[in-house]
Amino acid sequence: MKYLDEYRDPTLAVKILEEIKNHVTQPWVIMEICGGQTHAIVRNGIDQVLQGKIELVHGPGCPVCVTPLETIDRAIDIAGRPEVIFCSFGDMLRVPGSAKDLFMVKSEGGDVRIVYSPLEAVRLARENPDREVVFFAVGFETTAPGNAMAVMQADKEGLNNFSEIVSHVLVPPAMKALLSSPDNRVQGYLAAGHVCSIMGYKEYEPIARQYKVPIVPTGFEPVDILEGLLMVVKQLEEDRHQVENQYVRVVRREGNKAARDIIQKVFKVTDRKWRGIGLLPASGLGICETYAAFDAEKKFSVDAIHVTEPDNCISGLVLQGLKKPVDCPAFGRECKPEHPLGATMVSSEGACAAYHKYHRN
Amino acid sequence: MIVDTSTLSCPLPIMDHDTVQLAHGSGGSLSASLIEKLFLPRFDNAMLNQLEDQAVMELPACRLAFSTDSFVVDPIFFPGGDIGDLAINGTANDVCMSGAVPLYVSAAFIIEEGFAMESLHRILLSMEQAGKQAGVTVVTGDTKVVNKGSCDKIFITTTGLGSVPDGVMISAGGIQPGDKIILSGTIADHGMAVMTSRENLSFQTRIQSDTAALNGLVEKMIKTTTEIHAMRDPTRGGLATTLNEFASTSNVGIKLIEGNIPISPDVKGACEILGIDPLNVANEGKLVAAVPPDKVDAVLDAMRKHPLGRQAAIIGEAVTDHKGMVAGETLLGVSRIVDMPVGEQLPRIC
Repeated sequence: MKYLDEYRDPTLAVKILEEIKNHVTQPWVIMEICGGQTHAIVRNGIDQVLQGKIELVHGPGCPVCVTPLETIDRAIDIAGRPEVIFCSFGDMLRVPGSAKDLFMVKSEGGDVRIVYSPLEAVRLARENPDREVVFFAVGFETTAPGNAMAVMQADKEGLNNFSEIVSHVLVPPAMKALLSSPDNRVQGYLAAGHVCSIMGYKEYEPIARQYKVPIVPTGFEPVDILEGLLMVVKQLEEDRHQVENQYVRVVRREGNKAARDIIQKVFKVTDRKWRGIGLLPASGLGICETYAAFDAEKKFSVDAIHVTEPDNCISGLVLQGLKKPVDCPAFGRECKPEHPLGATMVSSEGACAAYHKYHRN
Repeated sequence: MIVDTSTLSCPLPIMDHDTVQLAHGSGGSLSASLIEKLFLPRFDNAMLNQLEDQAVMELPACRLAFSTDSFVVDPIFFPGGDIGDLAINGTANDVCMSGAVPLYVSAAFIIEEGFAMESLHRILLSMEQAGKQAGVTVVTGDTKVVNKGSCDKIFITTTGLGSVPDGVMISAGGIQPGDKIILSGTIADHGMAVMTSRENLSFQTRIQSDTAALNGLVEKMIKTTTEIHAMRDPTRGGLATTLNEFASTSNVGIKLIEGNIPISPDVKGACEILGIDPLNVANEGKLVAAVPPDKVDAVLDAMRKHPLGRQAAIIGEAVTDHKGMVAGETLLGVSRIVDMPVGEQLPRIC
């Protein structure tokens, strides 16, 4: 299949792997930002074949994992109301809130629906004028244009029964926070290819300069990831710290202007709490004043939320790349995909779920 | 076998109602009329036509295979099939995975009040066709109608009875290290056909369900050798689940050769878009078998001569390592676990 097979070609993969090994003179610590990349790395055993040469630490780029518990509890509260049709991408339904998840809300009679596009939720609002349709708009910059587009569409059609719980997060502030941390060990980054397809990579250039780290926007297939690692390694070995684009078939330096314009029109940059990491200034997107009528958190007043995280879950440290899933005493014991303690064990993009699925032993 | 029942020429008999009413399941005259006009003409056979509370039959002196399954698929009509042929094929397949020849089927219908008579007729036509194809006879049944909202359109439960030929002993626990694992054809067609027609996706596919009765194929395999150690149809949970069941029940490891697993480009593409692993997606007309290495060529040869086994392939081997687990090999030559899916397949966010 075009655009797949050539990036899963074993001969090419092994060739790049050998090239990486030939270039490495000391063990480097490289973080892949995106959970989709983590999944591909673990599934294909890239971390195993590079042992002793490159230590791959897994980044915070799993939108399901970093959505704050308060927001999930608020979503669960709203989703359970009789007038509400609650729409979400599938992954969010299994994420544990303080007391339950959205699947449990559904089994208790809540009208919770999995959609594949926010525009699907807009359609439901159009078809159900007597119901309130709420869309759970989470994700990084990648999903923001679609979610913004849904708000604009609802506004255009005068659908005042549509709203979104917006909990978007932005990659660059998280990278800066990780790099500024005294515990930081990361020497180079694979940036998230799809985030860069929207935002471009201009905003990473000052980060590369300031923190002296190579940053390579990278795709999601094994050959992409190996090539991205090779590009980072070459820079590290040559003491260069630049942004170089591996994902040239998708990513442009300036990104997708039309998509960025839509984001800017509907959303504004806000401070955002990241689950497991904490509050990061100017690290999220929320609905701007012009479209405040579509902000579900303003529309539905939710009583004070008291969140409780399980105390034996280290997902925050995993998300910051400070611990590996297998370092957790609960991993594979109290915490499994069928009864997860933290969101990193839920999502297909979560590092704990990837480890559990592919190299449990 | 794909039957487009919507174009069959048998018209809906003239009924007093366009939709199924509660009274159609009450046991009174409307029930009798529904059975007589809609059900009997489709499953026409001596045992059923007597309208006794049970079917009484002569059976050959043999071991019997007996299986039951409920069908609640949504949507009830999907590309390549519907809940009717699925209900016949699914139970015929469960029976024949023991090597048995499926003979008789019972069918129980739970119908939601207000269900279109036309749709019920279409489902029964498709059950008739599937029954003929599989060579099974529907000899007894039941119809209940429930209040609107008490069930989703229509649920069907079928139970099948079949005779196991002498000398055939197939069980998921019978796999020996060294056995080759054979798959009869492409994976994930049914699940993706249903999923892509269920969810209002903004892309269209040509994916058709693979729903089919496998007993003809099984018969050919058994004629070649009775030494088939295990056989199962990888329905819900997909191929990964069946292989994990094989590994744990037989206490062997299974080494999977993922590159040998047939998959259509459309199904592969749809799975990639939705972020779903085709190994976890349901099939309704495929089988997996464990066969000793000295018999594998003959079995494969026989399978490939049957329409439902043309793409049959060796997809793995039972080994003494990693007992109870299935392992694949990545493109970098690293071993990886192939696990069962945890719950429902959820499309990922990005």
